[in-house]
Amino acid sequence: MTETLPIDQFPELPRDDQGPVFSEPWQAEAFAMTVTLHKAGHFEWSEWVDYISAEISTGTPPDENDHNAIYYRQWLSALERLVADKGLSSPPELMHRKDAWRRAYEHTPHGEPVELVRAEQG
Amino acid sequence: MAKHEHTAPPSDPALRVKALESLLLEKGLIDAKALDEIIDTYENKVGPRNGAAVVARAWVDADYKKRLLDDATAAIAELGFSGVQGEDMVVVENLPGLHNIVVCTLCSCYPWPTLGLPPVWYKAAPYRSRAVSDPRGVLDEFGVSLADDVEIRVWDSNAELRYLVLPERPDGTDGMSEDELAAMVTRDSMIGTGVIQAPK
Repeated sequence: MTETLPIDQFPELPRDDQGPVFSEPWQAEAFAMTVTLHKAGHFEWSEWVDYISAEISTGTPPDENDHNAIYYRQWLSALERLVADKGLSSPPELMHRKDAWRRAYEHTPHGEPVELVRAEQG
Repeated sequence: MAKHEHTAPPSDPALRVKALESLLLEKGLIDAKALDEIIDTYENKVGPRNGAAVVARAWVDADYKKRLLDDATAAIAELGFSGVQGEDMVVVENLPGLHNIVVCTLCSCYPWPTLGLPPVWYKAAPYRSRAVSDPRGVLDEFGVSLADDVEIRVWDSNAELRYLVLPERPDGTDGMSEDELAAMVTRDSMIGTGVIQAPK
């Protein structure tokens, strides 16, 4: 399925001879979300390439040695901007939801499922 | 244990991904199944087939299997794989009459250096709650029907301990090489939601 994507066009995409490589699950999840949004018709792949390219050329390189982590932080920032520009979400909504997840973790005892409702119990 | 009950949040980018993913799914902008399919495509790209190599080694090398069941973290490290956050691994063995299934009630707890990417269903609330309350029903839905007299043990991963199921070696695989055996081992069989079919 994803073989049809022109991943060769991505500057600096961490990859081996079989495709993209990831060093942590969130990187692959960010990748998969982008592909899924594209396949659902929310944007053209060329639009995405513009966003990720712009992020790489203008973004501040994070202070890390892990190339995959650096690349996918830029990827995630580009995806957040594209999602906001397309009206699918907004920076305040994303920020609010991120805080809700963080609080949900902080209010969840070890061994219990992390659910968003726990954020309300603080 | 000291009163240290709360769960450390994941890293900032991991939280941002969770935020984005949960919003897009809730709004119906992406479909969980479609997302799962993409993730499945890349499941082997994080920790590529590491767990399968561990299982195959245990099947062909009785001494290794003993070490694996005694101290999985060390035995897995022998093959060059290790947990990233320093978590310990425990391997639980399926036997005739005993089936193990792993659940992760905290969605960040998945042994991805050995198992690759967590599938979306594994992180979803229905699996996390029902794997504990109704494991037989969950296994049925995965197409794994066990005889009534087979005991099912559910292992709940946590921040310090991650579990891996050592599936039963299928019949008819006596002449196979370790690599051929590893190729048969599925992700789901190491979570316990699948069994490995004997070769035709």
